[in-house]
Amino acid sequence: MFGEVSLTALAVVFGMSIVTYATKAGGFWALDRVEPSQSVREGLDALPGGILVAILVVRLLEGGPSEWVAGIAVLAVAHRMESVLLSMVVGVCTLLIIRGSGASIV
Amino acid sequence: MSQTKTESGSDSSSGDEAASAETETERVAFCRGGLKAGFVTCVPVALGVGAYGLVFGVLAREAGLSLLTAVVMSATVLAGAAQLIAVGLWDWPIPVVAVIGTTLVVNLRYLLMGASLRPWFTRLSSRQAYTSLFFMADENWALTIQDLRSGNGRGGFLLGSGLAIWVFWVVCTAIGGVAGSRIGDPETYGLGFVLTAIFLALLVSFWEGRESLIPWIVAAVVAASVDAVLPGRWYILAGGLAASLTEVTRNVR
Repeated sequence: MFGEVSLTALAVVFGMSIVTYATKAGGFWALDRVEPSQSVREGLDALPGGILVAILVVRLLEGGPSEWVAGIAVLAVAHRMESVLLSMVVGVCTLLIIRGSGASIV
Repeated sequence: MSQTKTESGSDSSSGDEAASAETETERVAFCRGGLKAGFVTCVPVALGVGAYGLVFGVLAREAGLSLLTAVVMSATVLAGAAQLIAVGLWDWPIPVVAVIGTTLVVNLRYLLMGASLRPWFTRLSSRQAYTSLFFMADENWALTIQDLRSGNGRGGFLLGSGLAIWVFWVVCTAIGGVAGSRIGDPETYGLGFVLTAIFLALLVSFWEGRESLIPWIVAAVVAASVDAVLPGRWYILAGGLAASLTEVTRNVR
């Protein structure tokens, strides 16, 4: 029922869980020993956004104009509703509409 | 006890609230009541997490993960954004360094979240504290900080709310995974764009006003350039670090 299970894949998942727990417990553990400076805090704070931007730029450059338009729809909904799922649904529907109708325009 | 105030940027609490929270932090107990309160408070949030878990399950199967691998990942990693990014990177052979390295870097924010719990969690036993921290995710961390700041002293709140998230996340990953292997060609439903859309929506939640703009532009330029010249996924790390360094140097001046 589980399909083909790869031990390598499970080992990678194990590695992911180790590094994730290290971050969850590490901040609590380490603050006893070192007080992070303001700039370290700001640097860490900026990481997730930067990583998402990096991934998105490459994906969107490959995706082309129809994905850019759908992406703008996602941003608009996410900005107003703060719901990741709703924004995703609107974005995907927008893309399907573009592809279905005016695919030749873009 | 003045050392207890260490968390960054208190959002909205007035001076009075902060003061009362500080006196109350003396009493933090880990009891069944707190566990239950955390679980119940978090159920509505966990429902949303569950819907997200469905999507993760479907995408994981599309990316070539087995159902077992996807479910084990949700049960042991328990970090939505990192898991989705890992699935986006998944390939055969698995780019091990990219997947684990990116997971680490995406999750570095947990360092600060865990650190912000110190004023209250130092009053729990190590076992209670370190078990609870495993179940810390963005959503229940926010709820927990809110609860602890209000001075309820419920040390079990993080674990209780985390268990609610864990149950919905894992079960829905399995349901999505089963459904995902049956829906046929993903492109018919625009599934290739789903991850892009989720990342864009997540990005909005990381927006901190205009200060975010310059680091993000730098990250975009660096990532696109690195992707053009280097094979593999170094552009992800490069973009993240570029944003981070931009932020730090800009504030040093």
